[in-house]
Amino acid sequence: MAEKTYSAGVKEYRETYWMPEYTPADTDILACFKVTPQPGVPREEVAAAVAAESSTGTWTTVWTDLLTDLDHYKGRAYAIEDVPGDDTCFYAFVAYPIDLFEEGSVVNVMTSLVGNVFGFKALRALRLEDIRFPIAYVMTCNGPPQGIQVERDMLNKYGRPLLGCTIKPKLGLSAKNYGRACYEGLRGGLDFTKDDENVNSQPFMRWRHRFDFVMEAIHKAEAETGERKGHYLNVTAPTSDEMMKRAEYAKEIGAPIIMHDYITGGWSANTQLAQWCQDNGMLLHIHRAMHAVLDRNPHHGIHFRVLTKILRLSGGDHLHSGTVVGKLEGDREATLGWIDIMRDSYIKEDRSRGIFFDQDWGSMPGVLPVASGGIHVWHMPALVSIFGDDSVLQFGGGTLGHPWGNAAGAAANRVAVEACVEARNQGREIEKEGKDILTTAAAHSPELKIAMETWKEIKFEFDTVDKLDVSHK
Amino acid sequence: MSNMQDYKSSLSDTSSRKFETFSYLPALSDDQIRKQIEYIVSKGWNPGIEHTEPENAFSNYWYMWKLPMFGETNVDTILAEVEACHKAHPDNHVRLLGFDNYAQSAGAAMVIFRGKTV
Repeated sequence: MAEKTYSAGVKEYRETYWMPEYTPADTDILACFKVTPQPGVPREEVAAAVAAESSTGTWTTVWTDLLTDLDHYKGRAYAIEDVPGDDTCFYAFVAYPIDLFEEGSVVNVMTSLVGNVFGFKALRALRLEDIRFPIAYVMTCNGPPQGIQVERDMLNKYGRPLLGCTIKPKLGLSAKNYGRACYEGLRGGLDFTKDDENVNSQPFMRWRHRFDFVMEAIHKAEAETGERKGHYLNVTAPTSDEMMKRAEYAKEIGAPIIMHDYITGGWSANTQLAQWCQDNGMLLHIHRAMHAVLDRNPHHGIHFRVLTKILRLSGGDHLHSGTVVGKLEGDREATLGWIDIMRDSYIKEDRSRGIFFDQDWGSMPGVLPVASGGIHVWHMPALVSIFGDDSVLQFGGGTLGHPWGNAAGAAANRVAVEACVEARNQGREIEKEGKDILTTAAAHSPELKIAMETWKEIKFEFDTVDKLDVSHK
Repeated sequence: MSNMQDYKSSLSDTSSRKFETFSYLPALSDDQIRKQIEYIVSKGWNPGIEHTEPENAFSNYWYMWKLPMFGETNVDTILAEVEACHKAHPDNHVRLLGFDNYAQSAGAAMVIFRGKTV
């Protein structure tokens, strides 16, 4: 009966894990790695090593391999491609059988795919460019607590992007002064204000005082404007027990939305919180501190489109996406790629947007991209054009830095976004005609007029460090 | 400080009350209204009309004016219904929606006739 015999020693990976004849199954998890090998190591051997080290393999043969059906469980490197414009590296495509992974656990998937393999000596560098999660796996995950359509219904916001503002200074305000800054922004016309990511529960402002003062700000701004408001109460905490305690209190006082930092806080905590939000009718805003450590180097790490998919599976209703136009990194086509990944139910492979696989989300709700960082009223036409209605445009300094204060800054943003949407619906080319659209709107809004005078000269035109891979030669 | 303008908004000033999309712009002109209706039609959305007493505007459910106009693409017909609703309820907010049955959401929603806010 036994077909295989045990022979100790080190085997070349490609004998077992390089299978160019393999056709991936619909249920396989597929990964595309950008591999920079050590000089002199053949591509097939390196690709096979990546497949092995991220699935069943280890550096030597072990007798217990023969107690299971390794051919059923092993990852397979099934294709290799050149990277356009860069001959120091290549793409390796690996297929993993779905049985390798625990259901509903991005933690488990990523522990395999970006585990030990990233420290592997035969590699100079390794980057996980994209993952195809089969619909069979997607269906095991809880996903966003509410989704875009439910959020619109909860907050009564239709036919335009939502507006937010991150409260500054990031650190050091007392809870009462902080609530004041929120109230001013909300009464001026914002839908949301936001805790900055590093606002947790420091000695200068413990979480519970912040929550209480901010809720008063929300209630008063709602009564004053007749519109629904929210504030992303950051429940990111040192332990998940503490996180849940803060979330429960936010619910108790009637907050519509809370916030979590999904990378520093951890995916296990995030998935737990997202499921709780779904059970308790709460919206969940997700910040992405630490992402640039993982996704900025073009040769090593994890691409943000992968981090986006992880968040959609783990759960969140908003996710920071970059702005294209503001102070932070983000190439336009690549950004359009991952905001599709956040929002759409089916995304086709599109290398011009850096998307390596078709991705089917089935009926899993979408995530609202949040454009945040260094943006102001002059960016509004481009933001409305790039992001469309299903987005949150989040102005920090671009609200709070208004010479007349937060309420005026908020009103300027609100008038600008409505003017841009109104013009877009008319069929006007709002990026081209942006100046005219804003100038016309400012005739009825002194707040917008002053905002336009204040920020006219600010531009961010540094070159993007992480570009899409295209041939420059 | 003399150049700084106070932000006029308070609980006691009823003009502070807003009603979502486009309520921070001046009331739309006839030509602008027509173009927004054309937009709803061009998107393939179903136009619908709702109205409410301004004191009840915070509610999810405004009063439906008849049924949504499923499949209606004639801008004049849609406009005539908005005006008929306004004529029947001159003190109410009257809003026009574009129902997107694929997203199961309103793709557009705007108050066309503004009642007196309270």
